[in-house]
Amino acid sequence: MRSPLARFLVRRIVTALLLAVGITLVTFVLTNLVPGDPVAANLGQRALGDPAIVAQWRADHGLDRPLPQQYLMHLEGLLHGDLGTSQQSHRPVLDDLAESVPATLELAGAAILVSLVLGVGFGVVAALRRDRLSDHVLRVLSLVGISVPTFWLALVAFYVFFFRLQITPGSGRIDPGMTPPPQVTGLYTVDALLSGRWDVLSSAAGHLAAPALVLALYTIGLLTRFTRSAVLEVLGQDYVRSARAKGLPGRVVLFRYVLRPALVPVITVAGLAFGSLLSGTVLVEAVFAWPGVGQYAYRSATTLDLPAVMGVGLVVGVVYLVINLVVDVLYGVIDPRVRVS
Amino acid sequence: MKRAGLFARSRVSRLPQAWRRPLAVVGTVVALAWIVVALAAPVLAPHDPLAQELPRLAPPGPGHWLGTDQLGRDILSRIMYGARVSIPLTLLLVALSVAVGGLLGACAGYFGRWVDETIMRLADLVFAFPTVILAMVVAAALGASLGNAVLAVLVVAWPAYARVTRGLVLGVRAREFVLSGRLLGFSAWRSLRVDVLPNVTGPVLVLATLDIGTALLLLSGLSFLGLGAKPPSPEWGAMVAAGVDVFDSWWVATFPGLAILTVVLAFNFLGDTLRDALDPRTAGAIKERAL
Repeated sequence: MRSPLARFLVRRIVTALLLAVGITLVTFVLTNLVPGDPVAANLGQRALGDPAIVAQWRADHGLDRPLPQQYLMHLEGLLHGDLGTSQQSHRPVLDDLAESVPATLELAGAAILVSLVLGVGFGVVAALRRDRLSDHVLRVLSLVGISVPTFWLALVAFYVFFFRLQITPGSGRIDPGMTPPPQVTGLYTVDALLSGRWDVLSSAAGHLAAPALVLALYTIGLLTRFTRSAVLEVLGQDYVRSARAKGLPGRVVLFRYVLRPALVPVITVAGLAFGSLLSGTVLVEAVFAWPGVGQYAYRSATTLDLPAVMGVGLVVGVVYLVINLVVDVLYGVIDPRVRVS
Repeated sequence: MKRAGLFARSRVSRLPQAWRRPLAVVGTVVALAWIVVALAAPVLAPHDPLAQELPRLAPPGPGHWLGTDQLGRDILSRIMYGARVSIPLTLLLVALSVAVGGLLGACAGYFGRWVDETIMRLADLVFAFPTVILAMVVAAALGASLGNAVLAVLVVAWPAYARVTRGLVLGVRAREFVLSGRLLGFSAWRSLRVDVLPNVTGPVLVLATLDIGTALLLLSGLSFLGLGAKPPSPEWGAMVAAGVDVFDSWWVATFPGLAILTVVLAFNFLGDTLRDALDPRTAGAIKERAL
């Protein structure tokens, strides 16, 4: 506990835990104190006319108890891994999510990888070629990247590459009729690789390409802009000039003196960008019929399936929290100034 | 660091030059053009946006420059009338976010202690969710309508303004003129209103300009998901969604999407220039927001 790093870690973890409890409260309050009536959304017209059936339904779902008690019941369930039962699929929300989370992680993971490679690459190029044509072009392109409505781009990409050019396969995670690889991680590309199913691997990668690229465009724009300004700031430092002045080769100056300090803050932005990727999956999954959390979230939100909505909000919130915690800790470990402040 | 001090005064004087930069010129022209379209839609639109005529799903051509949708409505006219829905609502949304977030942030910064703790922990909680997921849950729970979509985006948008305003107020609060106001017997509210708020509005308004594009993306995204505008309203996001059902009629979704893209791009061009002109070092200060 003496070392600043340990204190920093403990403080961050405690904050994260408090926020996690907060997330359970927010999802609960949001789905309970709002005017939408889950009874009307889940029972048919005839059943709604019968007060006994309505009362029974409310009792079955614990909706007749006081709100604080409902929240405690909800928390208790959560501690036992019980996220409730979906009112639409009549299955445990945890099971529904267990099926859809890997699909979304595969999509978002592929998108963040593409974004990091292209976004950081473009940003470095733009900074090194400051005020030249390539810098201007990249600047406009990155602005376009953060301005394109993801749902529209997904539609256009689907239309052009699948419908017109027939380069990419259609919707879903693998070709229809193909059996998924034996489940290890739930990520089809990784599982196919592990089990040596090359046909599935190529199909899964093909299906992943278009939605992942569409999803990544916004983050590529974001990271390009951020990396450019981070690299520019470091390029202006005295120690970089000294490194150049003492005759170090350009490559060494770039990688050792410029990129290392410049890319540290990029970690934070990449962490934040992951949140926008998770958000974007809702819109991209809807268009590409990708069976992930986004589609599940949308379906349950529109049908006011309360336990499912709470489950999605909770799981996505906690995943985002963990990613931000990891990013914060990583940042603190790499940059001692952060943990001192 | 040196730069900020040396050029602190000249930053504002750099603004007029900034407007002459190509991105700013393009952004201003496009944004103004859309505002004109929104204002003059009844005069400019060649057809009634709700009139259903044959042929349905007509491709772009002389009678209907951007084609017709599945109900035979002229897409160009709907996009023009859509500007009257999307643009004012987006501006209203940003204004509300500034008002709510700004006021809460100012209270947090000015009063400190439990007020600060309560408001900022609330903001942290909102930040703990990816934007669209939270907005979607709120919109779904409130019921699908444009008003509720605005409310949902407001719920996720205010904390950014609260944080910025709080930081600015913290900086101003301890200044001599505020303290002397208090010593003269100003009440806390009067001091906040008269001395503090006027000194923090500038930077907050700049942030608001940067945010217009993002707000439009969020709002149209909710409509695309069926959680915003209801038919037959010519809202752009809902129009793109209508194109999903008639996939081979590419014009139904393409043109409304382009309308969203051009408005967002125009405001992002403007915002980019503003940011550059006002503080070159914060060009990368970004937060996860958009779709």
